[in-house]
Amino acid sequence: MKSAIATGVEDVCRRFGNDRTRMMDIVIAVQRRYGCVSVNSMEVIARACGTQRVEVESVVTFYAFLSVKPQGRVVIRLCNDIVDWMKGYAAVADAMAKELGVTMGETTADGAITLTHTPCIGMSDQAPAALVNDVVVTQLTPERARAVVRDLRRHLDPQQLVTMVGDGVNSHPLVRSMVRNNIRLRGPVHFAPFEPGSALRRALARGPQAVVQEIKDSRLRGRGGAGFPAGVKWEMARNAPGPRRWVMCNADEGEPGTFKDRVLLTECAHQMVEGMTIAGHAIGSDSGVIYLRGEYRYLLAYLESVLEQRRAQGLLGRGILGTPGFDFDIRVQLGAGAYICGEETALISSCEGLRGDPKNRPPFPVQEGYLGGPTVVNNVESFCCASRILVEGAAWFAAMGSARTAGTKVLSIAGDCRKPGVYEVPFGITPRALLEMAEADNPGAMLIGGPCRQMIGPERFDGRICYDDLATGGAIIVFNRARNHLEIAEHYLDFFIEESCGHCTPCRVGLILLKKAVHKVVSGAGEPADLRAMRELSRFISQTSRCGLGQAAPNPVLGALDGFNALSSSLVAERKPGLLSTFDLASAVVDAELRVGRQSQYV
Amino acid sequence: MSTIQFVLDGKTITAPAGQTILKAAEAAGVYIPRLCAYKDLVPHGSCRVCSVRVNGRIQAACVQTVTNGSVVECDTEELREFRRNVLDMLFVEGNHYCMFCEKSGLCELQALAYRFGITAPNYSLLNPDRDIDMSHPDVYLDHNRCILCGRCVRVSQDLDQKNVFQFVNRGHRKRLQVNGEALSATDLRVTDAVVASCPVGALMRKRVGYAVPVGERPFDAQPIGAAVEAGEGGAA
Repeated sequence: MKSAIATGVEDVCRRFGNDRTRMMDIVIAVQRRYGCVSVNSMEVIARACGTQRVEVESVVTFYAFLSVKPQGRVVIRLCNDIVDWMKGYAAVADAMAKELGVTMGETTADGAITLTHTPCIGMSDQAPAALVNDVVVTQLTPERARAVVRDLRRHLDPQQLVTMVGDGVNSHPLVRSMVRNNIRLRGPVHFAPFEPGSALRRALARGPQAVVQEIKDSRLRGRGGAGFPAGVKWEMARNAPGPRRWVMCNADEGEPGTFKDRVLLTECAHQMVEGMTIAGHAIGSDSGVIYLRGEYRYLLAYLESVLEQRRAQGLLGRGILGTPGFDFDIRVQLGAGAYICGEETALISSCEGLRGDPKNRPPFPVQEGYLGGPTVVNNVESFCCASRILVEGAAWFAAMGSARTAGTKVLSIAGDCRKPGVYEVPFGITPRALLEMAEADNPGAMLIGGPCRQMIGPERFDGRICYDDLATGGAIIVFNRARNHLEIAEHYLDFFIEESCGHCTPCRVGLILLKKAVHKVVSGAGEPADLRAMRELSRFISQTSRCGLGQAAPNPVLGALDGFNALSSSLVAERKPGLLSTFDLASAVVDAELRVGRQSQYV
Repeated sequence: MSTIQFVLDGKTITAPAGQTILKAAEAAGVYIPRLCAYKDLVPHGSCRVCSVRVNGRIQAACVQTVTNGSVVECDTEELREFRRNVLDMLFVEGNHYCMFCEKSGLCELQALAYRFGITAPNYSLLNPDRDIDMSHPDVYLDHNRCILCGRCVRVSQDLDQKNVFQFVNRGHRKRLQVNGEALSATDLRVTDAVVASCPVGALMRKRVGYAVPVGERPFDAQPIGAAVEAGEGGAA
């Protein structure tokens, strides 16, 4: 006899047309309903969608928010990003674990509450923060952490934890979140008033070819960090052969320390969706997808309502603004906890219902992307820029910024500063100006663009934030002079190790070996040869890895080695001759020491 | 079909447009070392052994297609070192004991190590805790030796029209999984093409090990890649 769960899982599959390319939606829905995607559920899904169990398992086990084994009805995911550590993560985690009577990763004996951790959830301006199911709790202290657990034990309803709502759309009935925007500097591109439909009307009046030209003339470069010229991307997709073209919005900001897209999704949703619609018009596409990171699920209902509102206003759907033949609609694809899905080809894989593995290039997404069709993938901020460019004109936009990087940039600034938050600044601004605005506290170093970019010391605080000097996707993290940069590098290596897809050898294995080398030095057992070995290994990993994750992952280590030699060299000393430089005697004898019950006399 | 010309380590090679660098080189008698590439399967681009410099940028030769006028470097000291690093990493990631592995002499990982003069790994061993699936009557799967090249995943799908293998988990926890509780619960048959596709000793036929004495095994006679370099092509 068929179990109730099997029937329920079949219902879920049917809701998504038994379509295996909608696997993400299916497994996310099953996870929500049953607290896991069990082996039995995977069998049912495989049968319903005409695939194999191992294929479903391959997807489920890839994403951190999905699990094969049952989890608690409430899952508390403490954000363990480095900024959270700087703001007191350890004490909060300890308080929560003690109050729950579990250790990290465990579920309470009654099966009610699971405690675990997760990388950056986009709340570095209000850290330490946590996700309680979909509900974001911010600015945790040990006392508040204990109160959260006590409240949850009483009602097991995360939504009831929200007693005070944040500003702006955070107080919208469909959001009702305690998240605060922390918009510290409002610029003209994103935070000036925007009339829905105003940009689209201009786009329709000018025609697709002219829209592409306008974006090219504006010199808009992709705001996700790579900085590819948006107009060129649109033109390539427009000219690529294919029966169906796609527009995808990358709302999967996962770079540790980034939260600017969170604010744009909250406050500029119309402007962003309008930018996607304009792109659809420009490249001849009838469908768009917003890939929303699972951490931002609390914004889902609101974003759906924006889409619905725009359909009702004729700004989305069939015959947009009364234009026969211009059909364009958008669906939201949720992610489920995988940093790598912010990489555009991994994002496409995920939307296709696969593991979030990046794809081999060529072909590039503009040639063969989502479901094989030419696909434009742009960042939330890029689409917002496109709308504003259509309203104000390419010349207006290009006149802002630095000589070769046009426009403004929305930055998320966090870390050792008194005014963490979102700042819209013209490109070309100096790090020093940012430090002053954010009221940095005795700054010793900054990460410009999160760990995937570069760590700079005071000697570069007068550089320029732009694609020719200090490129950034928007994550600026400030570290005071007391911070140990090699420890920071080790923390970020742990992050990249967890978030690697595991496809290619240099990233999958190399990062583990690099972490071992860094740890050896951080723990005081290093020698000069280790520093050389770390450099060589870093160079190898960044040169031979398949995608941007592996290519960027050694950057924090290289930054620490480059700019902060004095600090590193105090941690290293010449060892006894005869030992292989990469060999760590202390860790090699740990098991033996445990067994014999005493410390080795040779360590 | 239109042809293009490119330069590989100083040698001008003519190849059909759209061909991968690896295949084009092979047709011209130049062996580019590889592990995950296999016959005509869709390239995986995962092992990175075939890394070459194309106009200065490192690319996987199994994935990258030839372009007219491009300059490809393959046999440079830097790239040889990178290949040694990759091989080293694959050795320390798993549990590889050549001296009593029945794949010895036929193992492509071991043969590449010999080709690159690796006698012991340069990195510290990770000694992972992995299991062996002996459930199937004719075939066994030893995860200790798996290098995650994905040949079996692709061969099972594309040549055998089955779906016996897939990867689960991610990052350093990524591993090969079979479509069922164990290998015996799958529709794998010993006659499937997948059984012979494993470059190492992970997926093995039972009861045929050690049949060829040491000294007479394929890579005892000639190093890996020798067939390509002799213009015979076709070797794995």
